[in-house]
Amino acid sequence: MTDTVPNSKTIKGRTGDWEIVMGLEIHAQVASKAKLFSGAAVGFGAGPNEQVSLVDAGFPGMLPTLNKHCVEQAVKTGLGLRAQINKRSQFDRKNYFYPDLPTGYQISQLYYPIVGEGVVEVEAEDGSFFNVGIERLHLEQDAGKLIHDLSPTESYVDLNRAGTALMEIVSRPDLRTPDEAVAYVKKIRTILIYLGTCDGDMEKGNLRADVNVSVCRAGNYDKFKQTGDFGYLGTRCEIKNVNSFRFISQAIQYEARRQIEILEDGGSITQETRLYDPTAGETRSMRSKEEAQDYRYFPDPDLLPLDLEEAWIAEIKASLPELPDDKRKRLMADYGLSQYDAIVLISEQAKADYFEAAAKGRDAKLVANWVTNEVSARLAADGKDFSENPLPAAHVAQLVELIETNVISSKIAKEVFDHVWNGEGSPAEVVEKHGLKQVTDTGAIEKAVDEIIAANPDKAAAVAEKPQALGWFVGQVMKATGGKANPAAVNDILKAKLGL
Amino acid sequence: MAIDAATVRKVAHLARIKTPEDRLEPLAQELNGILQWIEQLNEVDVDGVEPMTSNVAQPLRLREDVVTDGGKIDAVLSNAPKSADGFFVVPKVVE
Repeated sequence: MTDTVPNSKTIKGRTGDWEIVMGLEIHAQVASKAKLFSGAAVGFGAGPNEQVSLVDAGFPGMLPTLNKHCVEQAVKTGLGLRAQINKRSQFDRKNYFYPDLPTGYQISQLYYPIVGEGVVEVEAEDGSFFNVGIERLHLEQDAGKLIHDLSPTESYVDLNRAGTALMEIVSRPDLRTPDEAVAYVKKIRTILIYLGTCDGDMEKGNLRADVNVSVCRAGNYDKFKQTGDFGYLGTRCEIKNVNSFRFISQAIQYEARRQIEILEDGGSITQETRLYDPTAGETRSMRSKEEAQDYRYFPDPDLLPLDLEEAWIAEIKASLPELPDDKRKRLMADYGLSQYDAIVLISEQAKADYFEAAAKGRDAKLVANWVTNEVSARLAADGKDFSENPLPAAHVAQLVELIETNVISSKIAKEVFDHVWNGEGSPAEVVEKHGLKQVTDTGAIEKAVDEIIAANPDKAAAVAEKPQALGWFVGQVMKATGGKANPAAVNDILKAKLGL
Repeated sequence: MAIDAATVRKVAHLARIKTPEDRLEPLAQELNGILQWIEQLNEVDVDGVEPMTSNVAQPLRLREDVVTDGGKIDAVLSNAPKSADGFFVVPKVVE
């Protein structure tokens, strides 16, 4: 068996070619102050069971009251995913028995979710686009947390997370490669962060994905697409709670190989829930008892259906920020940026804002280069993102202006940037202080050129035969002027003096 | 829908209710009786009738996103058979 390649749609097996098919369920924690059905705080880092109300703890007689803001966040997300908003939705109980779930059921939305079908356009690594269908988005409660390492024989339960609002975003089985799956999660994460409906913090588990993986013979996916018959697809396994881009890719590659190996040995795939173990680099079966999957859903009798008024939906729609796709198109149209630059800039809202603040009236391409290269690299080195950027956008604008007006060369600009980044003042101040102004005084350049030609008569003679040797002279002049000579002026003067 | 002893065993397990073997058959009969009684509702034609979710037509009440609760560990843990350092303590549940 050969290895799977992250961006190839087919995998070679011993008995022929296979294809992977994936659908993702993304769990995004709703950005809110209080929980979905109680007034207890949502947060990270509080002491055990400090953020728990008696509703969350499942005390008898306690009734849930829905958090209006969480509803608004779900609608906002639905609109951001260009999906259908369902004016009537309903909450159901998903019953299962586990110590992290004190009520014995999770309140979710199985039959009537708040958001229906939508489509997300995703950028692939190569700059092309593909669409991923969204089946639904529903609101549900998160469970508590179990801690297993405080005692050898017991588990400790912290219910702080129990009852926190989650949005589960379910995709169609439209994903075909590990790279596509990762690009899709990145896109959803970007949209959520733009909307402010989830902070996207994967390290804290505020965004995590369940990946449904199946394999089928090459060609069967197309038949499924044409007929809608799931019989063409293989049996799927669900890999639970993968919480980093790297692990999503690794888990899929391992799981696809595992399934192909079983099938090629004449076996069959059992539909099951599996867990990815990043240390071992493998997926493991998680729930052995098949009856554990019987959730006995029914409508929650404590909660009436949720009816959304058209006016409220319109209000939420009017409050939407510019979405990443729109921003990408606008940056390309308004600033003449390449698609690549635009995609790099919109990957972070603050980065795009920073670019726009610096680009007003300047050479936009040049500003984009500085923002996506130097500024991004410095921030990354400090472990910061653009929202924590200490460098005012006006400094980048001024730096570019100094380059545009030939006050400094691009090469010297890097040196200026170093000083500015170190907090020595604005680019203009740095240029002044360190005497980095480009020499455009042709007299001074001519003097340097004359001296170098005089000192190297043989080389000067050779240039006539071999014009490429001009570069050597340019280098010498730049050296003699401390790198401050205007390169265009140097070129012109050299050519004139050398008779080229 | 007929309930047999095996179904009772499964339901009891899902609800974590310990049920002795000799109670399964009598429970199956009782549950069947209840289900048959409810199944009489199937005789009513409800085509085109919206499900009634409340006896008084009213919208679902919503709460503002304000923290009004929490910080009551003692109350939360008051019924726990065992607790330590602010946590509930339960038998080990590693899968």
